[in-house]
Amino acid sequence: MTEDLFESYKNELPAKLISDLKKEISKHKLSSKQIKEIVEKTKKEFEEAKINSGEAIGIITAESFGEPSTQMTLNVFHFAGVAEVNVTLGLPRLIEIFDARKLPSTPSMEIYLKKPYNKDNKKVRKIANQIKETTLKEVVSEFTTNLLKSQVEITFEKEKMRDIGITPKSLITILETSLKGTIVKEKGSTLILKPKTKDYKLNDLYKLKEKAKDVFISGVKKITHVLPVKTDSEYMILCAGSNLKEVLKLDEIDTTRTVTNDLFETQSVLGIEAARQAIITEAQKVIEEQGLNVNIRHIMTVADVMTSRGVIKGITRSGISGEKSSVLARASFETPMKHLVNASLTGEVDYLNSIIENIMLNQPVPIGTGLPDLVAKMKIAKAKK
Amino acid sequence: MTDLFVNEKFIGEVENPTDFVNRTKIERRKNKSLSGFNIMYDEKCDEIKIYTSKGRALRPLIIVENGKSKLTRDHIKKIKEDEIGWKDLEEQSVIEYLDAGEEENAYVALSEEELNEEHTHLEISPMNIFGLCTSLVPYANYDSSSRLNRGSKTQKQSLGLYAANYLLRMDTDVSILHYPQIPIIKTAMHDFSNYDKHPSGQNIVIAVMSYEGYNMQDAVIINKGSVDRGLFRSTYFRPYVVEELRYSGGLVDEICIPNKDAKGYRSENEYKHLEPDGIVYLGASVKEEDVIIGKISPPRFLGELEEFSIAASIKRESSTAIRHGEKGIIDMIVITENEEGNKLIQVRLRDQRIPEIGDKFASRYGQKGVIGAVIRQDDMPFSASGITPDLIFSPHSLPKRMTVSHLIEILGGKVGSLAGKYIDGTTFDVEPEKKLRKELLELGFREDGTETFYNGLTGEQLKAKIFVGNIYYLKLKHMVANKLHTRASGRIQLLTRQPIEGRSKGGGLRLGEMEKDCFVAHGASLLLKERFDSDKTIVHVCENCGLLAIYDKFRSIEYCTKCGNNTTITPIEISYAFKLLLDELKALGMYPRLKLKSKY
Repeated sequence: MTEDLFESYKNELPAKLISDLKKEISKHKLSSKQIKEIVEKTKKEFEEAKINSGEAIGIITAESFGEPSTQMTLNVFHFAGVAEVNVTLGLPRLIEIFDARKLPSTPSMEIYLKKPYNKDNKKVRKIANQIKETTLKEVVSEFTTNLLKSQVEITFEKEKMRDIGITPKSLITILETSLKGTIVKEKGSTLILKPKTKDYKLNDLYKLKEKAKDVFISGVKKITHVLPVKTDSEYMILCAGSNLKEVLKLDEIDTTRTVTNDLFETQSVLGIEAARQAIITEAQKVIEEQGLNVNIRHIMTVADVMTSRGVIKGITRSGISGEKSSVLARASFETPMKHLVNASLTGEVDYLNSIIENIMLNQPVPIGTGLPDLVAKMKIAKAKK
Repeated sequence: MTDLFVNEKFIGEVENPTDFVNRTKIERRKNKSLSGFNIMYDEKCDEIKIYTSKGRALRPLIIVENGKSKLTRDHIKKIKEDEIGWKDLEEQSVIEYLDAGEEENAYVALSEEELNEEHTHLEISPMNIFGLCTSLVPYANYDSSSRLNRGSKTQKQSLGLYAANYLLRMDTDVSILHYPQIPIIKTAMHDFSNYDKHPSGQNIVIAVMSYEGYNMQDAVIINKGSVDRGLFRSTYFRPYVVEELRYSGGLVDEICIPNKDAKGYRSENEYKHLEPDGIVYLGASVKEEDVIIGKISPPRFLGELEEFSIAASIKRESSTAIRHGEKGIIDMIVITENEEGNKLIQVRLRDQRIPEIGDKFASRYGQKGVIGAVIRQDDMPFSASGITPDLIFSPHSLPKRMTVSHLIEILGGKVGSLAGKYIDGTTFDVEPEKKLRKELLELGFREDGTETFYNGLTGEQLKAKIFVGNIYYLKLKHMVANKLHTRASGRIQLLTRQPIEGRSKGGGLRLGEMEKDCFVAHGASLLLKERFDSDKTIVHVCENCGLLAIYDKFRSIEYCTKCGNNTTITPIEISYAFKLLLDELKALGMYPRLKLKSKY
């Protein structure tokens, strides 16, 4: 009975609203007449909550961002826990998001872990160390060039090696593969590096030493800092540097919650819908951190506009704003000569369908009260003329 | 070895720098003939610098030796008895002057109590941490520093007696307060700076309460009775200067009443205040656009002269008139000569300014506000003893800004005016609030300064007791009469046909980019169009080629310069700015073609 009723509203109310209604109604004992009344009232409220046609949502969104951004504090950096991991926030970050810069000024990730790993501090620490990009110099206490034997000697710190889960043996294989043409030998607690060829100069030895320092030995590339953090119920890892693709491959990681603040990386790894969500969460993070309040619908509008082409487009002259159909509108926003010259070369036509063009011509703008138009064709009047 | 410089010039080297500097200082203190130089040791650069040059800023400090001030009780006693003075202290090496460099090596104690072995000097008074204007803020140690900053800033803007010879001066944009008073609450700086010779405010009765919402935010209510009795009246002066210029070719300006055939002659009525010599008479009451100095100039370009005209007779009128929005009485006329020997006329305008809605007032603590309403005395709230306040101040201005001294001054001012004495509000050395409260109680008032008040409109007793007292208030130089500006229609720019800019020219009020966005956001499309109608024009467009056509109003014909008569020409309404854009595009070699379509 009630099912039929809800079914009949399928096209008039969103699915979420209907399921919520169902859940709430099932808690009470109501007659079908009362239920009908409730659904009717819901529908009425829903209709009233809708935006009217002709409402200037674009400009209202712009104003809703513009006004609070004037109040943002200029303190650009926010320290998440420890000074190690800092993230650009405030107005610079907001501009970065909306301009869709290819690389964020401080790329960072929030890595969540699967069930057994996310409760134990030690385990989290271990995973964090394994994720962190480590080069040879970080686990080595001393590099020496032995001139007598003409070889490079490396003394490594065992504790640090243990932390990232690397044995001297595995280190040798890593070094052998990454430093081609080099003999690697273990001698006590030191490693000896020697070029394979016999006739090498002292300079080559020095070069080898410098090269060996930057050999990547473990972790995920680009992740420069890791910071295990305790949230209310679990441990998670904050990272400076971002490499979503590689991190998601790790077994311990909760792939459903791990995110990066790099919009383009999100787009290439997870797709455009994920990028849209990333824009929303990132923008909201900035606004909330500043203690401001912008309705999420405004952020969603921006995110929709930026991602509706299937790729992320910034609100810049090379992005959305440069794609406006009107020549005059484009010319009124940055580099007017470029647009005017190109338009005249191709013989572009401006149909004066939008706001700015009409303001320039001092015509009523087609929005709000300027939108309604006469539908009836005034044939009789024309005939008389 | 340490390098030694005298006035930035290398002189020699010194073995032991600290010892050298100390010995030099001791020698200077012993021997008066050696004074007048300062010495510093710059440890970082390992250099000793001695300065004897003119123009160094010096400040006096009490010398401290072995943790003991050289100014003893004995000295103080003698000073009080007027036996010794400042000069004696200098001679006895109790006080010495340090410059910025030597100060770097000094360790100065603020008060005698905190002196220890390491100190080298003692501040004469802890008040020295403030500058002149900040020292003029009483009870400053009860306020936050930012309020002191604002307080000293507002004092600079206050009207008073800025110069005793103001009647003989030709200053631009100055005012004189009519009845300036010495503040009841003073600081030591008021005495040092001879504030009684140039005061810049008035002691008024203030009530801390709200009144019908006319004093919301920072606005204040002023009592019309007080205003009528001359409270905060001021005179505004503005000089007008005209020079009789000489041009090449022996042509000169002439100060006179312009002839009717001069180019740009105004109406006769506008010259009515001029005397035969072309200058207004003293005491003339003039208003805006009235000519005060008549002048005619030779034509701007000699080419303007037409063949048949008599060359010298065509003169250009270039009189000086009262500026837009000003009025007043001619106060002084000076006829003189400038450096080049040209005749120079200076006319000073005087205008009485009675406080009105929009004039700005402030206390000495950065509590500034404009008048929100002028209320008749019989409508003002009154106390049980029949006192009506001169000014009503909103209590909401206090908690956020924490200007405690504002409140203490009200209390102290009340005590001072009742007891007939000045109260000392010198920073760090004030008359304590407790003492003021006790005195107020003894004078027969409530010790917290509040009084029973009655509603001036209904006569009902107010439920709350109102805090009322005397405070020194300043009239600031920002007066509405100099700022008020409206425009319905007026002059436009030649190029864009949009209204000109600026209050002095009667310009328009710009509806800017963001304001425009606001109209759009409201969907007020037609209102927006109307607002931007200031430069609308009708242009005729040739529908064949899309360019602007020509409409000859006199012959009532229209034609296109490209397509001739055989085309449809339609008038359309666009902004003149857009017509300009089309012209500029054409100048760039582009072809902006208008395709017309009926809207309906």
